[in-house]
Amino acid sequence: MSRPANPEKFSNPCIQWIDERLPIFTMLIKEYRVFPMPKNANYLWSFGGIAMTMLILMIVTGVFMAMNYDPNTHGAFESVERTMRDVNYGWLLRYAHMNGASFFFIAVYIHVFRGLYYGSYKTPRELLWIIGVIILLLMMATAFMGYALPWSQMSGWGTTVITSLFGAFPLVGDGLVTWLWGGFAVDNPTLNRFFALHFLLPFVILGVVFVHVWALHQTGSNNPTGVEPKTPKDTVPFHPYFSTKDSFALVVFLTLFLAMIFFAPLALTEADHFKQFDPMQTPDHIVPEWYFLPFYAILRSFTLDISIPFTNIILLPAKLQGVVAMFGSIILLMFLPWIDASPVKSARYRPIYRVMVFLLVIAMFALGYAGSQKPEGLPVRIGQLGTAYYFAHWIILWFISRNGFMGVIPKEQTLPVPASISDDPCCKH
Amino acid sequence: MDSNEDGATRRDFLYLTAGAMGAVAVGTAAVPIIDSMNPAADTLALATTEVDLSSVQPGQTITVVWQGKPVFIRRRSPDTIAQIRAEDWHSFRDPQSDQDRVQKGHDEWLVLVGVCTHLGCIPKGSKPMEPKGEWGGWFCPCHGSTYDQSGRIRKGPAPHNLKVPDYAFKSNTLIVIGEKPKSAPKAA
Ligand code: HEM
Ligand code: FES
Repeated sequence: MSRPANPEKFSNPCIQWIDERLPIFTMLIKEYRVFPMPKNANYLWSFGGIAMTMLILMIVTGVFMAMNYDPNTHGAFESVERTMRDVNYGWLLRYAHMNGASFFFIAVYIHVFRGLYYGSYKTPRELLWIIGVIILLLMMATAFMGYALPWSQMSGWGTTVITSLFGAFPLVGDGLVTWLWGGFAVDNPTLNRFFALHFLLPFVILGVVFVHVWALHQTGSNNPTGVEPKTPKDTVPFHPYFSTKDSFALVVFLTLFLAMIFFAPLALTEADHFKQFDPMQTPDHIVPEWYFLPFYAILRSFTLDISIPFTNIILLPAKLQGVVAMFGSIILLMFLPWIDASPVKSARYRPIYRVMVFLLVIAMFALGYAGSQKPEGLPVRIGQLGTAYYFAHWIILWFISRNGFMGVIPKEQTLPVPASISDDPCCKH
Repeated sequence: MDSNEDGATRRDFLYLTAGAMGAVAVGTAAVPIIDSMNPAADTLALATTEVDLSSVQPGQTITVVWQGKPVFIRRRSPDTIAQIRAEDWHSFRDPQSDQDRVQKGHDEWLVLVGVCTHLGCIPKGSKPMEPKGEWGGWFCPCHGSTYDQSGRIRKGPAPHNLKVPDYAFKSNTLIVIGEKPKSAPKAA
């Protein structure tokens, strides 16, 4: 069977020659030039591209730091200090990588907020959303293992506390923790495997992001009205309209990032991260990186064992409840497309949900505060309140998007949605 | 094509068996890969530590390293032992008698893995100036778990008593941590 030759598309014969054999230029034009974007997409739509840029920046700085890194308990701390002091521009690589993780999380958290607020998780983007949650989990695993590599007090003890969580599982717990450590304490085998995995996972993330964008280009982008584009009038080509807009957002974001690197590179880092790990001495206060704080607070909010009444037999120890709640709080997001049954996507037209999303953001900040404090007194109560709201949120959402609940939770009365994107009063032109 | 009354064919059967064999093969291949992450032989070889107790004074605690973890060894005075054993332990979170946590005839020696059973921090209380908590045992700075002079959890989030490792007395002042005691009757 003979295939018709590609019609002449490119004036450059070299590009034409390649494209006939591997249609990469055709693909690029389709996906990044003519790709139709809803014309009303706002700056919150720039954070996916920003996150992608941060991922590449993390890979580049990471690979070059790895060239000077010694993944051994005797050499790791010193090799990182040497990178900072002696390696040409090593300080820049490290500060960019350290703060890069923070900015990567800032971008992704805003990106997820955008999805929550405008209902981007709803049909037909359920799978796109689920892939996003998988990316988030992979990012968390990667950041956690990366934090262990400098082999500081915070590295070693953060690793100890979090890996010990798996000991909460009945029966298999202890064996699981030993397996994770490769020994009987956080030690050289642990550091070795964390280095291997920290090197590997970002490339896995890159692969999953590729699938994420593939799914995005199948359904197209959502927009602030949540109404799908109906006519070509509702969209504009990605290039030059959104390539320009996204580039501007990226430049602003990177400016803030560079300002952080140059003027406050250690603002987000604990002092104990600059002391070598001593397995015999626990620091007074172990805190994870800021982007884990809300989840850390959820973990610590469970303080009461659930036991069979009037006996000493504990059914669900507090530790296990905390572990399940912490992992559950993220896994739960995967089910969001089915928790929320409202046909209206955007919170703009959902008066109750709109308030709820902002409450959720407040709860996350409260949890973040609680997670940063010593677990005593008021911060514990704040954490418990935040945890209660975090989980109540999804339950309430379930009911307001259906028929309410026994008069306690009302059914949400949504506002009229514009007939099309072009009818959105924000951008009638 | 041969097919029985349900419409299942020979080909379906072959697909299923081939699929099942493939699954078994993948499962078998996964075993060595997963097991390679378990403690290696040299890590296991470091499984015992010998400790000379002859210079430890009553009331003193020493810390030694065993399997990369601290082990607390406290020499308790007869008064302390009497005081601990007078308490009713049945209502404790992880109920265990002091007798069950030491070896018979060596009741003054309390040997504990110095890792908080909550989330793995190292409790304070082994050095003279460190806080020992309300019961004179150990206090974990991470989330406030408090242990008594038998290493039992008395307050705070930790679910279990501090673990007692296997150890054997070679003589009255020499122990090997990590070795099962010979006949090892617990203290009466
Ligand atoms: C490494 C992290 C991530 C990268 C690099 C990334 C990349 C992207 C890019 C480039 C886009 C298109 C631009 C945009 O609409 O903003 C996008 C869209 C999207 N992402 Fe992500 N993403 C990441 C993580 C996540 C996570 C964690 C979630 C959700 C939990 C998520 C959910 C979505 C959704 C729902 C869309 C389509 C949104 C719409 O058009 O309304 N993404 N992503
Ligand atoms: S680790 Fe000791 S109290 Fe939490």
